[in-house]
Amino acid sequence: MNVLAVMLGGFFGAVCRYALGEWIPTTNGFPLGTLLINLIGCIFLGWFLTFVSQKKTIRPEFTLIIGTGFIGSFTTFSTFSVETIHLFQEGLVFLALLYILTTTILGLLLAYLGRKLAVTYKAKGDVV
Amino acid sequence: MIWLIGLGGSLGATARFLLGSFITNKAQRVHPFPIGTWIINITGSFLLGIIAGLHQTNQISDWVWGFLGVGFCGAYTTFSTFGHETITLIQTNKIKLAIIYVLTSVIIGGISAWAGLVI
Repeated sequence: MNVLAVMLGGFFGAVCRYALGEWIPTTNGFPLGTLLINLIGCIFLGWFLTFVSQKKTIRPEFTLIIGTGFIGSFTTFSTFSVETIHLFQEGLVFLALLYILTTTILGLLLAYLGRKLAVTYKAKGDVV
Repeated sequence: MIWLIGLGGSLGATARFLLGSFITNKAQRVHPFPIGTWIINITGSFLLGIIAGLHQTNQISDWVWGFLGVGFCGAYTTFSTFGHETITLIQTNKIKLAIIYVLTSVIIGGISAWAGLVI
């Protein structure tokens, strides 16, 4: 059952990544598509896992479909690595470094922001 | 093509889930370092490097690339979990471990991808 949940989420996560990646243009060799995909995934997973951990009533299969399956599969580390090496190989050292820095720094900030959003939302809910 | 990518994605996500749970059960009782995701992202970068290299030199067709490269490797590795785990380390005051996690993932992941590409 758990594996089926991850498979289902993983299917749609990979398809959405492909569809969105095809749709976002690569400008001057910079892999904007993967960058945006990873950033969207970071804020969403940060929010989602924090939100779920606060709600005891949510079934674990739901976390596996959306978190481990869908968002885990939507974002990708291997494409980030390979694209970075391609930029280095083409001599675009500045773009490669820019890609590494924007992905990691913005990704971590957004993961933090996502978590913060879930906590703030919970705090407000408690008052009401 | 879209079905092959989805199928590869579901297998990649399953491999990540099973391997990740296995490693975490073994290792994380002893140490908080997210070794599961770390190993997954590095091995996946190496594997995608190999597949991308084969695709560039036309040794594999577009559908194999879609299935194994975009689908499987893309879904097997994950950036969002990497981000979430780093923030968890920072928030539990394990700053040094967080820095080591980020630097080694990015640098060794890049070297692995490069090794896969030139192999």
